[in-house]
Amino acid sequence: MTCNYKYEEALSRLEYITEQLEKGDLTLDEALTFFEEGIKLVKICSKMLDEAEGKIEILTKDLEGNITIKDFNGGSELLE
Amino acid sequence: MKKSPLFLEETNLKPVFTVSEVNYFIKNLIDSNQILRQVYIRGEISNFKYHDISGHMYFTLKDEKSQIRCVMFKNCNRLLPFVPENGMNVIAFGFISVFTRDGQYQLYIEDLQPDGIGALYIAFEKLKAHLEKEGLFAPERKRMLPFLPKRIGLITSPTGAAIRDLLTVIKRRFPNVNIVIAPVLVQGKDAADEISSAISELNSFEDIDVIIVGRGGGSIEELWAFNEEKVARAIANSRIPVISAVGHETDYTIADFVADKRAPTPSAAGEMVIPEKRILKNELKHLSLRLVNGFYNFIGEKRQKLEYLKMSPVFKRPQTYIVNCRLVIEELLGRLNKDTNYYITKQKSILSNSISRLEALNPLSTLKRGYSICINNCTNKVVKQIADVNKGDCIRVLLSDGNLLCKVDEWEKRGNAS
Repeated sequence: MTCNYKYEEALSRLEYITEQLEKGDLTLDEALTFFEEGIKLVKICSKMLDEAEGKIEILTKDLEGNITIKDFNGGSELLE
Repeated sequence: MKKSPLFLEETNLKPVFTVSEVNYFIKNLIDSNQILRQVYIRGEISNFKYHDISGHMYFTLKDEKSQIRCVMFKNCNRLLPFVPENGMNVIAFGFISVFTRDGQYQLYIEDLQPDGIGALYIAFEKLKAHLEKEGLFAPERKRMLPFLPKRIGLITSPTGAAIRDLLTVIKRRFPNVNIVIAPVLVQGKDAADEISSAISELNSFEDIDVIIVGRGGGSIEELWAFNEEKVARAIANSRIPVISAVGHETDYTIADFVADKRAPTPSAAGEMVIPEKRILKNELKHLSLRLVNGFYNFIGEKRQKLEYLKMSPVFKRPQTYIVNCRLVIEELLGRLNKDTNYYITKQKSILSNSISRLEALNPLSTLKRGYSICINNCTNKVVKQIADVNKGDCIRVLLSDGNLLCKVDEWEKRGNAS
């Protein structure tokens, strides 16, 4: 599932859909479409919260000035 | 006072100088001294006077124990980036010489710089005014921070307290966010260079959503890199939004003004860069519950409505409806019959009434009573007076049961009929 939403946009769309369903002023078709979209948004949001891997990396420069990126070992020590 | 005989004796033997000669002598002594020819002197300004007409400045430099007179001529002071004031600590550069007219030695100042914190403060104000004029602090330049960054860039010392605070706070709030650290010196002469090039290096990463640049607390000299123009420009040119997090709550740096957001401390930057995942998760859970409940309530309501409709008598005993309809039809039919009969009777009576009225006017009934009608056969008109016929004319006399065909023989005019 890919999405072009930003988290906060997906969340506010989800809020809107939920409110519409709670209001109940819909046709059955509309309610079904909304519900389907709402469930999709919940999945998208939840995925967005969990997709980052929690990596801490650090930029290092070699003698020629080339920049490489590697895991930051000091991270875990610092966190203790 | 009595003059000593010795004094008189001496003045006869030794040369007596004029004041000018002595002053010139001293001036020569001082002027020929290597050290006094090029000297830096640190002190505090007092008795500052600016001579409007000449444009020269006169003042005294002093420390706790001593003071020295100073002059700074117009050609030297016109390029000063600041206005000297009483109480200001400065480092003056110049030479010491003697103003022979007054017999005063003084410092002839060629260049003057504010000393210490005062100097930095002035440089700060100057750059701040300059960048502000350029519009670098304008509110419309400030970009929104992303609500949920996936990858955060940190520009700070990899060993200071600041990075520890930042990592702790960020990881606590959102354990699985990605972080890239660009290690830099945060003080010293290379710091500004390193910080500004780290900003552009992090900008080369497509997926970094926000950058925090900062360091822990320190003296104004230690925080100085964040007041340098190079850093300010790098922040302004950053494609990625930048949070500045320098020192403590009370420390304001140029970086703070240029950045899209100022955090009072590195920990605070960690707080504002990312929301708490736990709260977001709860919020999402709550919302998805509401979504599901909302939907099921909606469906439930529709179903209830349907049940209700199914219970309606129309569906339960449809024959009732038909029976009712039939009753209505019968009733209407009864009314139709009744009304039609009434109508016919009424019309009949109107008709017989008309007939009897018509009867009364029928000329035939008059004939029955013995009257007759006479018609001229030639003109076919009713004969009403004698002049309507000529002698010899044929007339037809209409009686009740038939006609008489007659011929007129004579007129008999009635006397009273005129």
